[in-house]
Amino acid sequence: MTFLSFLISGISLGSIYAIIALGYTMVYGIAKMLNFAHGDVIMVGAYICFYATSRYELPPLVGVILAIIVCTILGIVIERLAYKPLRAAPILAVLITAIGVSYFLQNAALLLWSSNPKVFPSVVSSGNIPLFGGQLTISYVTLVTILACVVIMVALVWFTNKTKMGKAMRACSEDKGAAQLMGINVNGTISLTFAIGSGLAAIAGVLLCSAYPTLVPTTGAMPGIKAFTAAVFGGIGSIPGAMLGGILLGIIEIFAKAYISTQLSDAIVFAVLILVLIIRPAGLLGKQIREKV
Amino acid sequence: MKKRIRWNKTTRNNYITYAVVILAFVVMQAMVSAGSISSTLKGMLVPICAYVVMAISLNLTVGILGELSLGHAGFMSVGAFTGVTAAVALSNHVSSGPVLLIVGMVVGALFAALIGFLIGIPVLRLKGDYLAIVTLAFGEIIKGIFNNLYVGLDSSGLHMSLLSDKTNLDEAGQMVIGGPMGLETIPKVATFPIGVLLVLVSLVIIFHLVGSRAGRAIMAVRDNRIAAESIGINVTKYKLMAFTVSAALAGAAGTLFAMNYSTLVANKFDFNTSILILVFVVLGGLGNMLGSIIAATALTILPEALRQFSDYRMLVYAIVLILVMLATNNDTFKAFLARLIPGRKKNEKEVV
Repeated sequence: MTFLSFLISGISLGSIYAIIALGYTMVYGIAKMLNFAHGDVIMVGAYICFYATSRYELPPLVGVILAIIVCTILGIVIERLAYKPLRAAPILAVLITAIGVSYFLQNAALLLWSSNPKVFPSVVSSGNIPLFGGQLTISYVTLVTILACVVIMVALVWFTNKTKMGKAMRACSEDKGAAQLMGINVNGTISLTFAIGSGLAAIAGVLLCSAYPTLVPTTGAMPGIKAFTAAVFGGIGSIPGAMLGGILLGIIEIFAKAYISTQLSDAIVFAVLILVLIIRPAGLLGKQIREKV
Repeated sequence: MKKRIRWNKTTRNNYITYAVVILAFVVMQAMVSAGSISSTLKGMLVPICAYVVMAISLNLTVGILGELSLGHAGFMSVGAFTGVTAAVALSNHVSSGPVLLIVGMVVGALFAALIGFLIGIPVLRLKGDYLAIVTLAFGEIIKGIFNNLYVGLDSSGLHMSLLSDKTNLDEAGQMVIGGPMGLETIPKVATFPIGVLLVLVSLVIIFHLVGSRAGRAIMAVRDNRIAAESIGINVTKYKLMAFTVSAALAGAAGTLFAMNYSTLVANKFDFNTSILILVFVVLGGLGNMLGSIIAATALTILPEALRQFSDYRMLVYAIVLILVMLATNNDTFKAFLARLIPGRKKNEKEVV
């Protein structure tokens, strides 16, 4: 039974990683850049929701929606101001700019909201569902997190495969020049991708802080890095890959904590990542691209 | 007829780099002895040297070899922890500070080189962002291990244990690495002249490597791996060579850095440190060692110089970073610079 409960908390943590990883992977797929500021958008989303619900006492749902709106706008603004002028620049220049944006968000949060840890009130009412006559309990937060992840995943797959905008996104990620010739608004599509990714980050932030309720300006950094590795784990650029990678990473982390060592859990997670990448250099679901000579 | 020694451009640039380092050293020494620099800046001289060596060694990986590494602080960490352990073990027999420091740096460099070599064999098969993420993961693993490593020293030698303190030292024993407490009893022997010496030695090693047949092979691999392979260059060998040298120099820099403090925790060498060093390299220019030196020095001093902004300084630092990246990649600004400095070539394409 303990195994099952570890498995469920692993899936729950993994769902949060998966939602963050979706943002990374979509932006990578279309803009071919590692958006290091993504982890800090999570933190901003969590703070917005925190202030909306505990300071202004708005209902949790309004807080979540507000966080999504603010993060979406933030994502678009960051893209327009910092990344768009660097479309033609070398990859490393964009990477450093993303790091700059990440520092900026962290330090702006430090000034605005101070470094005192905030205790995040869960947006989901506390309580458990007892299963097997009380031997196994699942908290509502866990359930909502896993459900949210599944819903987001299905919605995103539908969006990218069936809608016109989703098709435009896939076209841009394959060949920007050709997409432009077909009359696709490339800049608009990239902005849309950032908007969706940042909106997802807000949801991830709220869910993360509902499960682990300490909120500081660096809250997003470590989940950001882990979600990024999750995206690579599953094959960066692939939406199901990000989902799979995120959930596996969560499960590995919780199991490593439970059965091997709490202190070494991060090291174990990263060691598994290295092993996977050595065996499958493009990630679990990534496309192996043949090199042409 | 005036007779002029004609050096080729690379040689000239190398000598300029040495000259700048030596000049900076002389000026700083003069200022230190005249007492005209603040104690904060004086305390930063050794860390600056360590960061400069980190920057030029990472530049070897990123600029010359053309592979992105996000875990360079991991090698610094390996160097710091092994080098300091060696120095502590030796400190009962040797009392001379510089000898301790140099032995520590050599040991740190050797261990970092060994780890770099072992990591490099599987990892260098990966490309681009995947390599970047694996180096990131490596840095985190090293941090995790050193955070849980206990090393103690007593009359019967070194004792080591993982996860919890099982060293069982005798009465006279002392802890060297205390898990999350990190290095506890570092001999504080790092000096500015030895720091500069390390910078110069690193420069000599890198310039000689880059100028040699091996260096040309490494750059050929960077520019076109397939073409290089087709003319018989052993890609793995040269990649490993550059990666190992880079790791070794980072290890020596780590020892230097650590021995400037009396205690140091493994968390100091985290992802942010790796990123910080990458920022030095990119701002200084890929493959440009002098650029790395200047960027490392300027950006280490900058947060201190921004002290007047107090709480806002890291915010200002972030904004400066973004603006510099935007400006250096802006065509209008580049054209303006080209007009300002007529000698500059019109289209210097950046190689990534």
